[in-house]
Amino acid sequence: MDLEGALEDMRQYFRSGKTRDASWRQSQLKGLLLFLKEKEAEIFQALKEDLGKHHVEAFRDEIGTVKKSINYALKGLKEWMSSKKAKLPIIALLSSAEVVPEPLGLVLVISSWNFPFGLSLEPLIGAIAAGNTMVLKPSELAPSCSSLLANSLPTYLDTRAIRVIQGGGAVGEQLLQQKWDKILFTGSARVGQLVMAAAVKHLTPVVLELGGKCPAVVDSLSSSWDREVAVNRILVSKFGACAGQACVAVDYILVEKRYASTLVELMKVKIKEMFGEDPQASNSIARIVNQQHFLRLKNLLSDPAVQNSIVYGSFMDEKNLFVEPIILVDPPLQGAIMTEEIFGPLLPIITLEKIEDSINFIYSRPKPLAIYAFTKDQRFANRMLSETSSGSLVFNDAVIQYAADSLPFGGIGESGIGNYHGKYSFDTFSHYKAVARRSYLTDFWFRFPPWNNHKLLLFDTVYNFDYIGMLLVILGLKRSR
Amino acid sequence: MGEEQEDRKPASSAAAVFDAEAANGLVGELRGSFRSGRTRSYEWRVGQLKAIWRMCDEHEKDVVDALALDLSKPELESVVYELGMVKGSCKTALKELKHWVRPEKTKTGLATFPSSAEIVSEPLGVVLIISAWNYPVLLALDPVIGAIAAGNAVVLKPSEIAPATSSVLAKLVAKFLDCSSIRVVEGGVPETTALLAQKWDKIFYTGNGHVGRIVMAAAAKHLTPVVLELGGKCPVVVDSGINLQVATRRIIAGKWGSNNGQTCVSADYIITTKDYAPKLVDSLKKEIERFYGKKPLESKDISRIVNSNHFARLTKLVDEDKISDKIVYGGERDKDSLRISPTILVDVPQDSLIMNEEIFGPLLPILTVNKIEESFDLINSRPNPLAAYLFTNNKELKERFVMSVSAGGITINDITVHLAVHTLPFGGVGESGLGSYHGKFSFDAFSHKKAVLYRGFAGDATLRYPPYTKTKLRILKAFVTGDIWGAIRALLGWA
Repeated sequence: MDLEGALEDMRQYFRSGKTRDASWRQSQLKGLLLFLKEKEAEIFQALKEDLGKHHVEAFRDEIGTVKKSINYALKGLKEWMSSKKAKLPIIALLSSAEVVPEPLGLVLVISSWNFPFGLSLEPLIGAIAAGNTMVLKPSELAPSCSSLLANSLPTYLDTRAIRVIQGGGAVGEQLLQQKWDKILFTGSARVGQLVMAAAVKHLTPVVLELGGKCPAVVDSLSSSWDREVAVNRILVSKFGACAGQACVAVDYILVEKRYASTLVELMKVKIKEMFGEDPQASNSIARIVNQQHFLRLKNLLSDPAVQNSIVYGSFMDEKNLFVEPIILVDPPLQGAIMTEEIFGPLLPIITLEKIEDSINFIYSRPKPLAIYAFTKDQRFANRMLSETSSGSLVFNDAVIQYAADSLPFGGIGESGIGNYHGKYSFDTFSHYKAVARRSYLTDFWFRFPPWNNHKLLLFDTVYNFDYIGMLLVILGLKRSR
Repeated sequence: MGEEQEDRKPASSAAAVFDAEAANGLVGELRGSFRSGRTRSYEWRVGQLKAIWRMCDEHEKDVVDALALDLSKPELESVVYELGMVKGSCKTALKELKHWVRPEKTKTGLATFPSSAEIVSEPLGVVLIISAWNYPVLLALDPVIGAIAAGNAVVLKPSEIAPATSSVLAKLVAKFLDCSSIRVVEGGVPETTALLAQKWDKIFYTGNGHVGRIVMAAAAKHLTPVVLELGGKCPVVVDSGINLQVATRRIIAGKWGSNNGQTCVSADYIITTKDYAPKLVDSLKKEIERFYGKKPLESKDISRIVNSNHFARLTKLVDEDKISDKIVYGGERDKDSLRISPTILVDVPQDSLIMNEEIFGPLLPILTVNKIEESFDLINSRPNPLAAYLFTNNKELKERFVMSVSAGGITINDITVHLAVHTLPFGGVGESGLGSYHGKFSFDAFSHKKAVLYRGFAGDATLRYPPYTKTKLRILKAFVTGDIWGAIRALLGWA
């Protein structure tokens, strides 16, 4: 395929102004909705093939959320597209100021394999809503999903403006050599760095949705109801989120020593409730995506010290790429399992003397995409809020912030740059252009040279909004500052 | 806080070379200071902002003298466009800070019901600000104001091309501001390289696209977000049927009256119709003489060219083959005083040097077109400029211009003034830059907007959890897509 030629065609189409029409944007969003509706069975099938994902999990995490986001965008589109007036100081007189959103042009979205529809289509919604043309490169590690997107989307969307280009690292590199007006990348920090480095050539702004180790801090919860709710939420946010292969999944837990065993026992009970005696047979836990990642996870457990810290679970089926829920208590902190993002169904629990120690523990590590704090202690909650930094902070739940339309979704530090979701998707793919209008009727004659002290005095009063002072200077009653 | 600090020399400014090790030590020190929570306090931020104000007020003469040395900048430009604007930014920040720091409550939907949510602005940490030489005080302190308002620790690297000002800034910051958290590192390429090798929480750079790329590449290594305030060729489209005298004066004020055209938002070139061009040229000649006298080359009301490198660069632009005969006014130069008189050229070829790099000087090419609408395509076929300007009384033309010309910012019927409105974001797009600042946008540029979601333990929806059943799917479908009626039906067991 002649990539450069294809992209130039898309640029020309953008220049024609077609994608700026509100009606075009609406039609594309509705087309996407139709795709999700008509192709639902094929989508579930593709996710089953690529990841062994249960269709309820798929709907909850990827399909339902995208539908919700499309409707949210359709509803907000007109308002988002409108210019916003900016306040002017009185002295400005007869001028107007506003901020006008405009599309950036041609944008590139590179998505990840773990939520191949969600992470491709959420950015697509933002790019379309903001009036851009877009190229999507889905992950080659989820090949059925990638094909489905590449083969079906052309039926539902305007192919002059939106194209899917399939491929792996080589195609990705080729794409990164081109000139884009924005790049949104979801994936690992290592590749994120390569994306940003490639973006330097054309000074392309980037959004990098990366990962990190998202901790769940579990404070003492006196009520057994609260404990059960907390455990349910943590478990579904680990084993129920693509088997822990999610940037927002709970990576590890921090809990006080004295509650650790209660927590572990409760988890064992709840895991059985959710996944039955034979988790593999329940089909409710996704597969590990490929052998490379399977072996990576196996390796995390190879160190005898880590092996010894396992308190639950052990079953790993290489042929079927299945790993059952595995819980560890206090594996060595220098081990890879505690220094790298796990991205799998291994759940370390780190015990602390006091729950407040969790603050330093988190602070001394790279900033995560999210922190989950389960607590009813208001003072502790306030400390978590002001003394830790993360993309998001959720109290008493996990992962669910992904579904909140009004909250920006993105990281900080190593967990990412920029954000999206809801109106933030529109914002991220827009340029907010400042527009000021003046009339000919008013001017400050002292704006122009030749310069003298009188003009200087006038300027000084103007800039200080000192109307009385200005009057005095004009009347000749004020001669110095 | 805010008292004059004892003249403590930070370790890095001693005679020793400022290398990567020194830079690393500096960042470590500031991180420790940030970690202590000092810069997060509202009182600290207010104290520092007030100190900047006092610094500008009490040392106006020192600053004006330094700017005169570095740029021969007229006193009025120094007082109004540099110090005046810095004080204005301080004032805005002091007035608005209590609103800016407040968390923003947001609505929550059915998908996360029941919950409450807010967006909390938190400081990024330790930030690096690299400023430019043309407005060496404003472009250094304006971003610093934003960084402080947002609660960060700051390292400022002023431009070495304006050395007297850089030195004054270093002295004043050490004297007036909190050295534990705000520092100035002076120097050129080696010092900047040492700084760029460190891990910052944000880098804010004002300058040109070439160095902008170096900054972004260094930032990429640490996944550091950047704001790049670059430049470009800002076009001025002049329609007919306008108040020509007023328009001309504004153009002159925005060109030669703004640091002699050495301003990122200055009028770089003009586009007008073939018919109107002669009138425009005559008006420019007349008003230039009115402002600057019969010998503009010698006028003290215009800044000089900053140094001999730029002087050589500019003379090369105007001495290029096929260019010198396009000069209709000016063209005089004095190498010793680094001055070039206001120079107007008409219809230089599109592939000339002068039309392909940002002029940043007192040369003003005028391109003519048959119909004024042709100017839009001409502008859009070039890299996005930082600003675009249109002088017209035609309402439809104004709207079309605003809708179809892509630039960082646009002003209709004036030049540069949009950057003085602190409620407008100031920044570029494409080649002209990334990110924006001024007013609250400065605060936002140096903040992390943390999403905070509050959930309770009551009302747990078991339909989220395995085992997954058809019923759960039906209810989930309804909840996640916001279909309340469907949710009720599913809950009641109706298909």
